[in-house]
Amino acid sequence: MKTLLVGEYRDGKLLASTYELVAFAEKLGADSAMFLVGSESDLPRYNGTLYFADSSKYSEFNPSAHKQLLLDVIAEEQPEMIVFSHSSYGWDLAPRVALALKAAQVSEVIDVVDGHLVVPTCNSKLRRDVKAKTAQTVVTLQGGAFGLSGDPSGTATLVKVETDAPAQVEFAGYEAVEKGGVDLSKAEIIVSAGRGIGKPENLEMIANLAESLGGEYGASRPVVDAEWTEHHRQVGTTGQTVSPKLYIACGISGAIQHLAGMKKSEFVVAINTDKDAPIGEIADVLAVADLKELVPALTEKIKSL
Amino acid sequence: MKILVCVKQVPDMESRFKVNAEGQWYDNSDLAWRMNEYDEYAIEQAVQLKEQVGEADVTVLTIGSDRVKEPIKKALAMGCDRGVHVVDDASFAKDPFEIASIIATFARDKGFDMIFTGMQSQDRGSAQVGVLVAEMLDLASISTVVEFAYENGQVTARRELEGGLKAVVKAGLPALVTCQLGLNKPRYPTLPNIMKAKKKELLSVEVATLLQVDAVQETTRMYFPEKKGGGIVLEGEVGNIVNEVVNILKDKTGVLA
Ligand SMILES: Cc1cc2nc3c(=O)[nH]c(=O)nc-3n(C[C@H](O)[C@H](O)[C@H](O)COP(=O)(O)OP(=O)(O)OC[C@H]3O[C@@H](n4cnc5c(N)ncnc54)[C@H](O)[C@@H]3O)c2cc1C
Ligand SMILES: Nc1ncnc2c1ncn2[C@@H]1O[C@H](COP(=O)(O)O)[C@@H](O)[C@H]1O
Repeated sequence: MKTLLVGEYRDGKLLASTYELVAFAEKLGADSAMFLVGSESDLPRYNGTLYFADSSKYSEFNPSAHKQLLLDVIAEEQPEMIVFSHSSYGWDLAPRVALALKAAQVSEVIDVVDGHLVVPTCNSKLRRDVKAKTAQTVVTLQGGAFGLSGDPSGTATLVKVETDAPAQVEFAGYEAVEKGGVDLSKAEIIVSAGRGIGKPENLEMIANLAESLGGEYGASRPVVDAEWTEHHRQVGTTGQTVSPKLYIACGISGAIQHLAGMKKSEFVVAINTDKDAPIGEIADVLAVADLKELVPALTEKIKSL
Repeated sequence: MKILVCVKQVPDMESRFKVNAEGQWYDNSDLAWRMNEYDEYAIEQAVQLKEQVGEADVTVLTIGSDRVKEPIKKALAMGCDRGVHVVDDASFAKDPFEIASIIATFARDKGFDMIFTGMQSQDRGSAQVGVLVAEMLDLASISTVVEFAYENGQVTARRELEGGLKAVVKAGLPALVTCQLGLNKPRYPTLPNIMKAKKKELLSVEVATLLQVDAVQETTRMYFPEKKGGGIVLEGEVGNIVNEVVNILKDKTGVLA
């Protein structure tokens, strides 16, 4: 099998997720070539052909031009599988390429078993085996699902590619999210509030539990989106990545984007009314209980010690 | 301005799921249903755009069984002008390419200036349908939008990237955007607006009249992930759970030392 790996580049740098694509090809035992719109100052360590376009010419985000560059490379290479990261770059570009190729796109692949692509469904409560009916398949890989066993190495053979496809949208630059007061990445104990707290007033009991343990409180995305707390307390792919000694997740279901931000915690306690909540998969302790009862009781007990 | 919003009905993710008899999807019975969370932001943005430009007509479209009239009614009560129900009892089994084709076939030649979709559906989660619709209709599209502004025929949107970065992207109309969580504050339908919504047009269209393609992929099997195990599950009386949690924290972590 022949694969084409679509590397990713942002704000002048190669993203490490590019190596997850290499790991995926290795796992399949497939031949690969790579495609990247980036800069020669930061090329992937990779043994193979790298079809390369300069981001200073095509911009880091220009879906119609990147699509055309890719389609030209695909016509040349004839890969059976075109592999993206399931990221803001990948899930934007992949459907455009898939449609142009009349190929199936399978999103957020976490495994390959007996030729079936495995994807999560319903907030990871269920899994699906998926098979493409088309000759070529486009896939996007869930972040962290595939990893290289060692450090990446090699020197790519560069093949420069060009297009004159016009831009359909104009990319006007990046903006950083404003940084806030607490740096959760340094906290040793974090108690996080999820949507399960139900109303903003209940955030206080989460903060109290955190305080009783000498830690900080964090939150999942819905709590931040509802403006119950500040963005700098959000844990996850679009918030902070944390690795405390203890992480207590209160009323958090355990969506992959949340787990990605806290799964390096040394010890995880989850408090959830739903015994099947996916957070149970990574929790060392799952307390099946109403947080409105358990959190205050636990806080009292800890204070009394 | 003509605006289209696409919404999907999905099960409440806290539901107890069962796999259906064919072993290829979840069993649709005994589930609580709600509007796909991402699509609530899409409706809100469409209605805000209408309020901004004044002269606008917002169509909300959904594909599914009779049950999916519920999210349409909610969308109408939130301020959409007309509903389109594409009647399809088997929509759950359709792949993103088929769903997008149905929507694109409906929208083609209707002159929509703006189309809003969610960035992904909570159950299938392919994050494909919106971008596919735009490509099928040859429209500019911007995915994963967390800020949206419209002025003088041009959209300025901020795409959310990983790790606290946003990309500022501009496009002229017609365009499609896929809406990410937190884009705005979806309004709650008020009782008067729920009453008003009952008088709004709700058109039913048979899916066969819009579906002109075959699926490009199939789900061969749906199943529960193997429990990794290892974790301790505590259930029962809250006082007991508290004691057990404290004991475990003392034993296994240094935090209560
Ligand atoms: C591109 C992208 C990026 C994202 N980035 C992030 C991110 O950085 N961080 C993040 O957190 N999310 C992120 N998300 C959102 C993520 O997919 C989930 O929607 C989100 O994490 C869900 O938050 P939650 O677990 O608090 O809410 P829900 O999924 O709604 O879960 C609530 C939980 O509370 C439980 N519960 C309810 N009542 C009680 C009670 N009384 N006592 C105890 N438990 C109760 C329920 O059983 C449920 O498990 C992102 C999504 C996308 C698409
Ligand atoms: N059955 C459907 N009816 C109407 N819109 C849908 C349907 N399925 C998906 N969509 C739209 O496409 C978006 C992305 O869905 P998906 O590609 O399945 O993740 C959703 O947020 C909806 O806006």
